[in-house]
Amino acid sequence: MTDLAATDPLPKPKRDFLPALLPIILALAVLPLIGSGSSWVTLTVASLAMGMMIFIMASGLTLVFGLMDVLNFGHGAFIAVGAYVATLVLLPLAGWVQADSLLVNLAVLAPAALLAMAVSGALGLVVERVLILPVYGQHLKQILMTTGGLIVAEQALYALWGPQIIPLPLPTSLRGSFIIGDVAIAKYRLLAMLVGLVVFLAVQLVLNRTKIGLLIRAGVENREMVEALGYRIRQLFLGVFMVGSALAGFGGIMWALYREQVHASMGNDLTVLIFIVVIIGGLGSIGGCFIGALLVAMVANYGGFLVPKLALVSNILLMVAVLMWRPRGLYAVTSR
Amino acid sequence: MILSGDPPRSRVLAVLLVVIVATLALVPLLFPGAKAMNVATKICIFAALVASYDLLLGYTGSVSFAHTMFYGIGSYSIAIALYSMGPNWAAVATGVAAGLPLAMLLALAIGLFSLRVAAIFFAMITLAVASAFQVLASQLSWLTGGEDGRSFQLPELLRPGTVLIPKSVLGFDFNGRTLTYYLVFAGCVAMILALLRVVNSPFGRVLQAIRENRFRAEALGFRTVFHLTYANCLAAVVAASAGMLNALWLRYAGPDTSLSFSIMLDILLMVVIGGMGTMYGAIVGAAIFILAQNYLQALMNVASEAAASAGLPLLPGLLHPDRWLLWLGLLFIASVYFFPTGIVGRLRAGALK
Amino acid sequence: MTDLLTLAGVNTHIGRYHILHGVDFGVPEGQTTMLLGRNGAGKTTTLRTIMGLWPASSGQIALAGQRIEANATPDIARLGIGYVPESMAVFSDLTVKENLVLAARDGPLDDSRLEWIFGFFPALRRFWLSRAGSLSGGQKQMLSIARAIVEPRKLLLIDEPTKGLAPAIVVALIECFAEIKRRGATILLVEQNFRVAQEIGDAVLVMDNGKIVHRGDMAELANDSAAQERLLGLSLEAHQ
Repeated sequence: MTDLAATDPLPKPKRDFLPALLPIILALAVLPLIGSGSSWVTLTVASLAMGMMIFIMASGLTLVFGLMDVLNFGHGAFIAVGAYVATLVLLPLAGWVQADSLLVNLAVLAPAALLAMAVSGALGLVVERVLILPVYGQHLKQILMTTGGLIVAEQALYALWGPQIIPLPLPTSLRGSFIIGDVAIAKYRLLAMLVGLVVFLAVQLVLNRTKIGLLIRAGVENREMVEALGYRIRQLFLGVFMVGSALAGFGGIMWALYREQVHASMGNDLTVLIFIVVIIGGLGSIGGCFIGALLVAMVANYGGFLVPKLALVSNILLMVAVLMWRPRGLYAVTSR
Repeated sequence: MILSGDPPRSRVLAVLLVVIVATLALVPLLFPGAKAMNVATKICIFAALVASYDLLLGYTGSVSFAHTMFYGIGSYSIAIALYSMGPNWAAVATGVAAGLPLAMLLALAIGLFSLRVAAIFFAMITLAVASAFQVLASQLSWLTGGEDGRSFQLPELLRPGTVLIPKSVLGFDFNGRTLTYYLVFAGCVAMILALLRVVNSPFGRVLQAIRENRFRAEALGFRTVFHLTYANCLAAVVAASAGMLNALWLRYAGPDTSLSFSIMLDILLMVVIGGMGTMYGAIVGAAIFILAQNYLQALMNVASEAAASAGLPLLPGLLHPDRWLLWLGLLFIASVYFFPTGIVGRLRAGALK
Repeated sequence: MTDLLTLAGVNTHIGRYHILHGVDFGVPEGQTTMLLGRNGAGKTTTLRTIMGLWPASSGQIALAGQRIEANATPDIARLGIGYVPESMAVFSDLTVKENLVLAARDGPLDDSRLEWIFGFFPALRRFWLSRAGSLSGGQKQMLSIARAIVEPRKLLLIDEPTKGLAPAIVVALIECFAEIKRRGATILLVEQNFRVAQEIGDAVLVMDNGKIVHRGDMAELANDSAAQERLLGLSLEAHQ
């Protein structure tokens, strides 16, 4: 018996790298199909940028589910709220946005983003206390309550800002592209990629290197045991919910700038995309969410280029394919 | 007998149901105006549609966001058939023959696929599929007419110009339009009674057992996979049928009248307000909701203008008739929280006291 | 001798099922009390009810005189109870170290205490930075126990620690429990294996159908084969 003395090394833990390789495999596989190298680079950059933004919006949803088994169908509302709140800063200070100076542009973008995150995070607090706490543990009612919340939030945005689409031009210094040879890379996409990567790394760092992060990971796996160790997981959950909402709001402003417009239905539209991402990734898995977001964005961009007709249902096809392969998503971290 | 041994079980509810059904039956006589007829038809169709959704939500406990997709399939199959084949009965038959199997097969596919994956994904998957279908319908404009939808002519017999019984006999014109109304009415009554029979059959009781405790139901030897898929297909077929009646009445099928997400929300609201898992809740919920939708908005308009003229801030925007979903959403949350059994559940609980 | 933990008339329902029917007992301070009984008797439910994981529907539970039956699980744990569930519930995505870091909720890991634990569970030192999910069943059990004792706790609730483990590991666990007791902790231990129970138990409780049907001295029961047969006939058979 080796258990006690432990003379033998442990069996090498099976690290599951295959899903992580999927985006790379996909990117390489479509290269010959696209033919032109410069188009491929453009599409790949577009995919990465879009994927990172979706990841920012979806990460909160997947953690909220993983940690507390809560299905939030109203997550999209935080996205729209974030975008609208950002216009409160960006539109009055349009002069700063249009100034041809990166520093001035950032000086207006940063407070806009912070305000968006603060408001959607605070809204998260209200939603958790009012809509989710009373129906904790009841999936059916959670879905109904949060769907109701989504309706109310969307309508409230219409009532406050009107039904029209609000144009939100990109700051001047983020317009245009870097040209390298015959490849053009849009500046904003590059920024979106960088910001997304930073958020991903920050989330990973918190989850892997801090005690709070350990608690979240442990709670996703077995919240009863976390409580039995003496931690109040409900407070932890509220914190995760608020951070997740704030990230969704942050994703909302990034997405609004990407599309250069704000509309109350954007939360609704993105909800479907985000759901597909968290399903593909495996509910509760941050790594899976990241890969899922990249895959969804790649399929949308490559698919739209190669087979435009198919682009409409490409996400569904991707989801079906992934779930046929792994019925619980790429990385199933919960036993639920 | 006709109620399958599942009476309303509350005097108030029974009276309410009789009033609703009798009024609907007599609408052409009592309120022959176009608006009243439209409202009455919508109530009939939604009562059936919501009842079929209740089979899923109330009796199996699964939340589907794809119900409007089946409704839309029904609407579009009739519209496309009549649009391309001309206003004849063969076209109507073709629409039915194409639409119902399509809805059923799609429900079967979603059901089987969802069963392979974690149960928790069901609601999200149906949402994703439904939204893809919606996009598809608006993009395949050569077939569906895109955002404009498809308008079509009805067969001769169902047209308003066809007077079947002149005014002198019944006191109102029994024309093709009236006949269409009664076609819709009869169809919806038949569907609701059939659903009532289904939920009170042994099959319906198995569904409820599955809702209460899936593992226990499985341990008792029920093939829950079969039962849930069957319920899905049944609900889809009824939804598609309701969609067909809707298209016949409107002589039109388009994204806004048959596929939009807001219809899905309406269905959810009606089933929750009426009472989940009761079937009768569908009738009550649809009647109240649609009456409110059509007549409360006018009231809100008055209130909004009054608030605006009084110079109140914010209130005119919040009370604007277009914002009525805001109040409905709040009502929805409140009813899920405070009255999870809906109007019917409340009335029944009151009757027991 | 005073009782550290007392249960009086505790009833527990899970859904529609009535599992505990008025459970009464005391766990004497500083001793190891064995909770025996056949499968389904309510032993695990008793431990979960004490932890507040399946709260009691009626009755009283007191730890050192303080009523705890209405408290939430984290608050109960913070009063100084360590819990080792039947499923071990190690966080398999976390390393051995991270599991213990979480268990040490009052601060950083205490090196001398770790050395003490490594003394009887050397495997934990060896696999310090390995994922808990890759440990063997016995090693996971060691980790689960180590988690409960990484900081001093007044009371340890341990649910079937020897189930399915090899004899060599069972011996190590028996030694470990004796060590823990020597350090002054009180233990309530659910056990199916009577031979293990008689080796480590001071007092004994026997449950059946959600009630305590016997309470007394372990040594006394060990010498009374008629009582063993009567109280534990089924479970003895299963383990011989």
